[in-house]
Amino acid sequence: MSEILDKSSELPEKKKKAKKMVGSTGAVGNGNTVGGMIFDVFNYIFLTLVALTTIAPFIYIIGASFATEWELAQRPLLIIPHNPTLGAYEYIFSTNKLLNGFGNSVFITVAGTMINLFFTVTMAYAISKPRLRGRNFVLNMVIFSMFFGGGMIPSYIVVANMLNMKDTFWSVLLPGAISAYNMMIVKNFFQGIPQELEESASMDGCTDIGILWKIVLPLSLPVLATFGLFYAVGHWNAYFGAMIYMSGAREKWPLQVLLREIIILSNASAGDMANMDPEFVQPPEQSVKMAVIVVSTIPIMCVYPFLQKYFVKGVMVGALKG
Amino acid sequence: MMSTKSVPAKSPHGTGVEYWRRLGADVIRDRWLYLLLLPGFVYFIIFKYLPMWGIVISFENYVPYSGIFGSEWVGVKWFEYFFKFPSWTRYLTNTLILSFMNLIFYFPAPIILALLLNEMRSLRYKKLLQTFLYVPHFISIVIVVSITTLLFGTNSLFFNLTKELLGEPVNLMNSPDTFRWMIVIQSIWKETGWGTIIFLAALTNVDTQLYEAAMVDGAGRFRRLWHITLPAIRSTIVLMLILRMGSMLDTGHDHLILMANSLNRSASQTLDVFVYQQGLQQGQFSYASAIGLMKSIVSIILVVSSNKIAHMLGESGLY
Repeated sequence: MSEILDKSSELPEKKKKAKKMVGSTGAVGNGNTVGGMIFDVFNYIFLTLVALTTIAPFIYIIGASFATEWELAQRPLLIIPHNPTLGAYEYIFSTNKLLNGFGNSVFITVAGTMINLFFTVTMAYAISKPRLRGRNFVLNMVIFSMFFGGGMIPSYIVVANMLNMKDTFWSVLLPGAISAYNMMIVKNFFQGIPQELEESASMDGCTDIGILWKIVLPLSLPVLATFGLFYAVGHWNAYFGAMIYMSGAREKWPLQVLLREIIILSNASAGDMANMDPEFVQPPEQSVKMAVIVVSTIPIMCVYPFLQKYFVKGVMVGALKG
Repeated sequence: MMSTKSVPAKSPHGTGVEYWRRLGADVIRDRWLYLLLLPGFVYFIIFKYLPMWGIVISFENYVPYSGIFGSEWVGVKWFEYFFKFPSWTRYLTNTLILSFMNLIFYFPAPIILALLLNEMRSLRYKKLLQTFLYVPHFISIVIVVSITTLLFGTNSLFFNLTKELLGEPVNLMNSPDTFRWMIVIQSIWKETGWGTIIFLAALTNVDTQLYEAAMVDGAGRFRRLWHITLPAIRSTIVLMLILRMGSMLDTGHDHLILMANSLNRSASQTLDVFVYQQGLQQGQFSYASAIGLMKSIVSIILVVSSNKIAHMLGESGLY
């Protein structure tokens, strides 16, 4: 477990072996036939095209965000505009609404991720100790909640009517404070830390909280980074909670909810726009919509290299354990 | 530790006092751990178990003012009400059609992609392609639908292109005929690359000697794929299929609510959309909750029965 999550502890010989296995699966050896070679060529072309379709929309959106409205209508297939303009971006940064939405998204992401990590780490550490009385009961409680839930409506009633969190930031920060799946992986990681370290600290008079803070957490920084990123991307991308719980507080809307209103609702008929903000009833120009997408995707692209490095491992660990 | 465990097991009544004394001592020893456990425990009670218990409103006439306790008990009224509702079959049909389209097109896509990636000879190029393929997973569904709107909706690339070529603009976003395909293609675009990870992980465990032995025996690429590679990921495929059955009736409410509008209504009204519209837009909490409950029960039945079938076929399944 810890070996897979923590890169430094991977044994060199193990690594070599893994590489050899990956390197020679289906396409092994020299015994390739003519049919095999034709297959190879088509396989390379096909997979390259598939990979291109994942980024082609972004290339178009970025190009189009610098184009004028007239050019977009005249040359639908443009990639690089003839007369590039920053007008769309100037518009975005001049309207308070979008800047405010960006600020809300940043706040929800930062505050939400901190809450996530606090709840996840404290609970994971407590139930990582087999000696804890009642541990199995709590574990079963967590596992059951992974397979069965109350559903959309009862959850809404709890948050909005019983806890009175409607139109507050708490409604998007607290309901997802722990992902049971992530918490179980962190728990497994804590269990892999050598007990001797913790025992020596407790002999020196450290409490369990002290051990967690001074010994366990410094050893778990890669894991904390992984799940911090995991949670942060989730918060940045979330729209549903904010849409249903903060429907009455437009000034608290994150970027994703604003995007839905500006781009998706304005595409449909007048009926769907009935409860839209008057400021956006006249839909903004296409290039402005493109620019909003670029701005709200940039943060994800900035952390993507780290995501790729850690997430692939995280998913594999989950797959092996789950 | 050993003795604490064996005492209640040996004589649960005789040394009752001793048992409680040890329990008390253990709890006091671990008091800080219990303090650490508390926030998470309270979280699960409030945000996971309270809503489960809130399911009782499906059998009540829930009024927010009276609360879950005080509302009037109406039994299965809402379930009867739904089946008397003339267009309930449309919601069910839309859900089922979309589910089967997802099962046929969306489910096998990552398997096929993983097998093709596995056949690549250049590891460096494979890594490069994977870097691109994982990107869409991290893009929010709002952005995915937004991009689709800007590529295929009003005044979009496709809209202007068809206007030029056919003389008549085509809007793929507002038509019930194209709605389902748009949903399936968006899902495939977003999750196929990411979905390959679990299959590629299973493929790294294949013993390379098997391939070498097969080659000595004269097995070609396709035979090796069929007799070695596919059996290696069979149990992973079965596992994913069982999980898929559990979300068979989930058409993805967050995705569908974004794509649904008044023009594509006849195709976009699924059970998920129904729960959202009745419950959160119209405030019919009990009615919507009853439909949601019905969906959950069917999902559980599907998971349990497909797991059973997997066991009968000799697979280890989900549990």
